[in-house]
Amino acid sequence: MAQVSLRRIVKEYEGQVQAVKGIDLDIEDEEFVVLVGPSGCGKSTTLRMIAGLEEITSGEIAIGGEVVNDIPPRDRDIAMVFQNYALYPHMSVYDNISFGLKLRKFSREEIKRRVDNAARILGIGELLERKPKALSGGQRQRVAMGRAIVRDPKVFLFDEPLSNLDAKLRVQMRTEIKQVHQTVRTTTVYVTHDQVEAMTLADRVVVMNHGIIEQVGPPNELYRNPATIFVAGFIGSPAMNMIPATLTQAAGALSVQLGDGLSVPVPEERTARYAPHANKDLLFGIRPEHLTEATRIDKQNLAPLTVKLDVIEPMGMETLVHFHINGTSVCGRVDPAAGAVAGTMMPLAAHMEHMHLIDKTSGKVL
Amino acid sequence: MADAAANRDFPRAYTKAGSLHSERLWALRVSYVSLAIASLIFLAPPFYMLITSLKTNTEMADQTLSPWLVRDPTLEHYAAILGNPIFLTFFRNSIVVTLLVVAITMVISVLAAFALSRMRFWGSQALATGVFLTYLVPDTLLFIPLYQIVGGLGLLNSIWGLVLVYPTLTVPFCTWIMIGYFASIPKELDEAALIDGATWPQMLIKIFIPVALPGIIAATIFAFTVSWAAFVYPTAFITRPDQMPLTIGIVSQLVRGDTFAWGQIMSGALIAALPPVIVYVFLMDYYIAGLTAGATKG
Repeated sequence: MAQVSLRRIVKEYEGQVQAVKGIDLDIEDEEFVVLVGPSGCGKSTTLRMIAGLEEITSGEIAIGGEVVNDIPPRDRDIAMVFQNYALYPHMSVYDNISFGLKLRKFSREEIKRRVDNAARILGIGELLERKPKALSGGQRQRVAMGRAIVRDPKVFLFDEPLSNLDAKLRVQMRTEIKQVHQTVRTTTVYVTHDQVEAMTLADRVVVMNHGIIEQVGPPNELYRNPATIFVAGFIGSPAMNMIPATLTQAAGALSVQLGDGLSVPVPEERTARYAPHANKDLLFGIRPEHLTEATRIDKQNLAPLTVKLDVIEPMGMETLVHFHINGTSVCGRVDPAAGAVAGTMMPLAAHMEHMHLIDKTSGKVL
Repeated sequence: MADAAANRDFPRAYTKAGSLHSERLWALRVSYVSLAIASLIFLAPPFYMLITSLKTNTEMADQTLSPWLVRDPTLEHYAAILGNPIFLTFFRNSIVVTLLVVAITMVISVLAAFALSRMRFWGSQALATGVFLTYLVPDTLLFIPLYQIVGGLGLLNSIWGLVLVYPTLTVPFCTWIMIGYFASIPKELDEAALIDGATWPQMLIKIFIPVALPGIIAATIFAFTVSWAAFVYPTAFITRPDQMPLTIGIVSQLVRGDTFAWGQIMSGALIAALPPVIVYVFLMDYYIAGLTAGATKG
């Protein structure tokens, strides 16, 4: 059990490409932190630097208060689960799981006790004699996790562990990973490009892009209050709508002009915050679930917005409606019973207390 | 309604399936014929040797008889050659040299291939290419300078000279095979081992060697064959009968001037060809078995 801290970590390849551009991050003991971002954002590189599989160009990594920059992976007391499982093909499941313990000269009884315990946690007790090639994808993934658990390391590192599984199994294994973490409470750093995985697993999500950290925070915090245009667009599915807009002030009240003659009023409590940005080119951000049918009885701050629907996507529990505002494609979520029909006009309501305004030039959410 | 049914293109679909079947049949026929011709070409010489080794000297000398048939089979040549102490010496020399060369080759090439394929260091790429280029220099070019070296070391006329020079033939190629095999092992496997606490030597012994066993066996078969069948180097370096391996021993000791002891040459050559056959039979299964299945997704 340990904290992990990253101080101004930089990773350069061949002296030219900067994969990681000086990131700072503190991971608490027993915390589950997910690094998420698109391909090439530096998340895997960061994880591999924590593991010691990549050298750090500059900066400092500490695990449990001890700087590990020059400590080889085997002495960092970490365990890692790889995307392609990396099981030893010539060894049985038991030998795969116990390999690290044998190398560390644990007694035979202790090894057996630990392997049995891990097998019980993961439900792979009956597979211990099999070779990896006789296992399904999900079972291989469990064995890979077993190999990490038995070591009882200071930190678990997961490198996109679910990417190779099919959709159904991925959801199931996601739950299992969370359960395992709740059982063993080991500090965990988990890398994924899937924002749903990030949201569901993490105590805190670290959103990375182009080698820097865009935002760190609990999943709901990131969802509700994204700090940058990147986080706003990356977290959430369907993604947040971003409509080019200008802010106008009339009689002390602010309103957002969306083009096409549409405008929505800014809630009173935000007037002070947004006032300095009046008349600038901005993006109006609003999530699909905050663009609903107008008939919904809700609290205040509902702004009416009548639009012509282009496409309807019934999802069962809700219906997604797609339309255009001033040339920008926009998505809303309405009740399946609201009677949305493609090609017709529909009165919608924007829940303005959930709106965001984004500065186009700085990319910051105001 | 009936028209519509008649116009549906079921028949064409059937023809399509039929043509696929006949194409496959033709491909099979062509393969069998080619394989039969290849087998004939490759098996004719050993068969000729076998027939000749079973003939008496009189039958061999009789020009009127077919060379492909034997009338009075006899094992006298086999008895003669196996009773000849010098032949047994050749055999022993070949075994000693080959075993040592295979051992030396495998130790050097496995270590070299591991380093070249996994430990990234300055010049490792150039070295790997260099290793392969060495293999392209034929031994008929190398034996003259090597003669100087072996002579300088005082190892002419000794099987130890052969043990020293054969690896120059086997190590480059075996290293090259092993680099290919090690390169096919997923990188995550060594990373997992590193994190599990393995040192580089442990990783080699506990992970790489078992996983790359098919490659190691392929390399072993190659080293064995090259060493067992080497002809140029022993011809150049060995003149003393008691130090000769089988390859040159048979031709140099069983030919006296113009007299060829054909029966003994043929039976000796057949016995000499036996060990590689045995090695192939035993190792082929391992060689073919793909051990890497299941290492990663796939």
